[in-house]
Amino acid sequence: MVRAISSLIGAAFVFVLAIALFGTVKTAVEEPAAESAEHVFHLGPREADLPSAGLAGKFDNRQVQRGFQVYKEVCAACHSLKYVHFRDLTKIGYAEAEVKAIANQWVIEQPSINPETGEAATRKNAPSDPFPSPFINEIAARAANNNALPPDLSLMTKARHDGPDYVYSLITGYQNQPARLLKEFPGAKTPAGLHYNPYFANLNIAMPPPLTADGQVTYADGTKATKDQMARDVAAFLTWTAEPNLEARHAAGLAALIFIGIFCFLAWGAYQNVWRDVKH
Amino acid sequence: MATVDDMVPPGEDPAPYHEHVDDPRRRDFINIAAVSFAGVGAVAIVLPLINQMNPSADVLAASTTEVDVSKIASGQAIKTSFRKQPLFVRNLTPKEIAEANAVDVGSLRDPQTLAERTKPGKENWLITLGVCTHLGCVPLGAGEGENKGPFGGYFCPCHGSAYDTAARIRQGPAPKNLVVPDYNFTSDTTVLVG
Amino acid sequence: MSFPWAKHYEPKQPLMRWLDEKLPLPRLVYNAVGAGYPVPRNLNYFWNFGVLAGLALAVQIITGVTLAMHYAANAGVAFSSVESIMRDVNAGWFLRYAHANGASMFLLVVYIHIGRGLYYGSYKAPREMVWLLGVVIFLLMMATAFMGYVLPWGQMSFWGAQVITGFFSAIPVVGETIRVWLLGGFAPDNAALNRFFSLHYLLPFVIAGVIILHIWALHIPGSNNPTGVDVKGEQDTVPFHPYYTAKDGVGVGVFMLVFAALIFFSPNLLGHPDNYIEANPLSTPAHIVPEWYFLPFYAILKSFTADFILPAKLWGVLAMFGSILLLFFLPWLDSSPVRSANYRPKYRLFLGVLLLDVLVLGYVGGAEANARNVILGQIASAYYFAHFLIILPWVARSERPRPLPNSITEAVLAKHGGTSLAHSAVTA
Repeated sequence: MVRAISSLIGAAFVFVLAIALFGTVKTAVEEPAAESAEHVFHLGPREADLPSAGLAGKFDNRQVQRGFQVYKEVCAACHSLKYVHFRDLTKIGYAEAEVKAIANQWVIEQPSINPETGEAATRKNAPSDPFPSPFINEIAARAANNNALPPDLSLMTKARHDGPDYVYSLITGYQNQPARLLKEFPGAKTPAGLHYNPYFANLNIAMPPPLTADGQVTYADGTKATKDQMARDVAAFLTWTAEPNLEARHAAGLAALIFIGIFCFLAWGAYQNVWRDVKH
Repeated sequence: MATVDDMVPPGEDPAPYHEHVDDPRRRDFINIAAVSFAGVGAVAIVLPLINQMNPSADVLAASTTEVDVSKIASGQAIKTSFRKQPLFVRNLTPKEIAEANAVDVGSLRDPQTLAERTKPGKENWLITLGVCTHLGCVPLGAGEGENKGPFGGYFCPCHGSAYDTAARIRQGPAPKNLVVPDYNFTSDTTVLVG
Repeated sequence: MSFPWAKHYEPKQPLMRWLDEKLPLPRLVYNAVGAGYPVPRNLNYFWNFGVLAGLALAVQIITGVTLAMHYAANAGVAFSSVESIMRDVNAGWFLRYAHANGASMFLLVVYIHIGRGLYYGSYKAPREMVWLLGVVIFLLMMATAFMGYVLPWGQMSFWGAQVITGFFSAIPVVGETIRVWLLGGFAPDNAALNRFFSLHYLLPFVIAGVIILHIWALHIPGSNNPTGVDVKGEQDTVPFHPYYTAKDGVGVGVFMLVFAALIFFSPNLLGHPDNYIEANPLSTPAHIVPEWYFLPFYAILKSFTADFILPAKLWGVLAMFGSILLLFFLPWLDSSPVRSANYRPKYRLFLGVLLLDVLVLGYVGGAEANARNVILGQIASAYYFAHFLIILPWVARSERPRPLPNSITEAVLAKHGGTSLAHSAVTA
């Protein structure tokens, strides 16, 4: 009885799946899905070779500071960094006084309230403040950017696959649309106002190339600010903003693995010891 | 992890399990070592679980307050906040200063002079937390028209503690004077507390 | 307690005797996981996973309770409260990564535990109730894991909530009403987030309760073993403590090693980058997938693409829930009296195919829906149902089991070549 009922139910599911399978195969044969330009021309990111990559990765504070400079002078005009606070900069090697000065001189001020009138106002940034957003809200951001929304960068390197490499590849990956693409997919011409970039998911990104010339920023430590260098540095900075505890995590992890490894060894010994007279 | 401290069941002799023990101490050492290691590991894991309840970085970072005292007239006080606690900033009148100095310090429950509770040259600025040292209510006396209590300072309505014009405890159950936080004058009219 | 030769708890110290008279809690523990529980002597490492699942639940409850001290279940601030845990709370990143990866470890351990039960026939009489309670625990875990995944309020959280509550809208007539009731609105928002948080906090304790019933039910017949043969006498068993506590110690060590490697060196390996983007009700991610542990079921859902009497959507939802609910009937679907697949050559073969099948479903569940993957998913789904509902009930009829050992001890001695030389100690 159980066998009969279960077989019937099983047969029903298998039958419906067979119908579905027939439909899938029929569609695949009769009208195979067309290739898309995104599918053919999208590229996986190139390696940025950051010191933070890998199991024992660490930040190079000088590089992260250079990346911060690139963010400050290039990216910050459009992109917020709202989950990072000025005080966090002490962790990449700035002294408290330097952080205070950076916060105080930051071009965009912190929204606040006029203590006399209660009206909306702005005030100078303090170390305890998050990085202020360049636009007051999403509508203002879109209005200023041709209806595109510059995303917050705090978590960018964790919000994309291979994030640090992605950031590095994207900002150095602008190019002219290949002729082959236009030949194969005439409908996929980059629309006006967008920019062709094979590292971007749908190939056409609203952000204009942010790094336009070598020497766009002048590094205090004398490093030559090539476009490639600036892109790596800002990728390093954004790796830090997304995962500021990376070094502590790797250090704690090494200690934990060694400790647990020794425990495993001891537990194995105790197990052998307890069972030594019992065959199993 | 039922293994932690009971490799040998309570009230049992391990011998029945180990009938051919040649050197019991060496053999059981590894059991003890494994259990001890597990214990140390458990303690190591407990530490972050306890530490997570300490103030987080954002709370610690917001621990200074700047107060503009230019608008406080003599005899007036304002209530503002410092580390999410009320802060009283009071501009004492010469009469109130004289009253505070006239008290015999030795007779006080928490002996302190007004000078010890203010900054040199700024004796008229009495800056204290507005937290009664008894059980943490906000004493009255800082707001306009509030009951200043029998000693002209602050009066806590919860359990009747009365503070004088130097915010020292004079009557009632509170054990200590109102706390004076760390602060300094960054200019004649601004105070940085914390 | 099950066997007459089980050791009895005899407290020696006066304090323990006093406690035993007033509240025999130590006696309960002694009989449950102490020396008072006789266990077959031949259990292999697959029998570690029950204890490991209990450990994983404990890890989840402890890290979860501490995270709840910092998390805010409000759509406006949930995402940034998680970021504040990651950045500002002392050891917050450790707690959060431990909780997120702990969920994966829990499900991984439980899947192996279920697989152990399938292979060694632990669901069969007299252990049907143990199995049924186990399936209840599994369902509760799935609900808890899903609601927990919504809490960080990232893109995958939001769209996961949207899609999963969408299952209920497949129910004819009342479906949409049920969905709106579940969400407390027309789309996931504050109301949904808050109730998910409440239930996410509650359900683990319900799971803990059902686990107690699960263990209680287990202790009536006693543990199964790799031969599937019943315990015949005292020589077939050893006391749980110290024998299996020591063996579980090794399992706990290896579990912790894998867990620590995930937390400290690859904490986002099993997550999805889109969940680091705050929920946006106006934009769906390009490729939405559930967490890895739901992928096989998601593949079954996606495989039903044709209407047949019922709409395709309803078939998909029915099949997805059916694929789990059919586990409740397993003890009666399998009519073979032999428990262990070691002695069932045909069943063992089909079970191997099922393992492969579930891995294929997992792959399809996470892969893009092109023709090849859809076809693969449809074939794999068909095998899944055929395996449990058609093959399993019939295979016993045509199968000739291999000869079973007369007892556990006989099997153990045969493995050791039948000699009775004392097993020499390993530590030297």
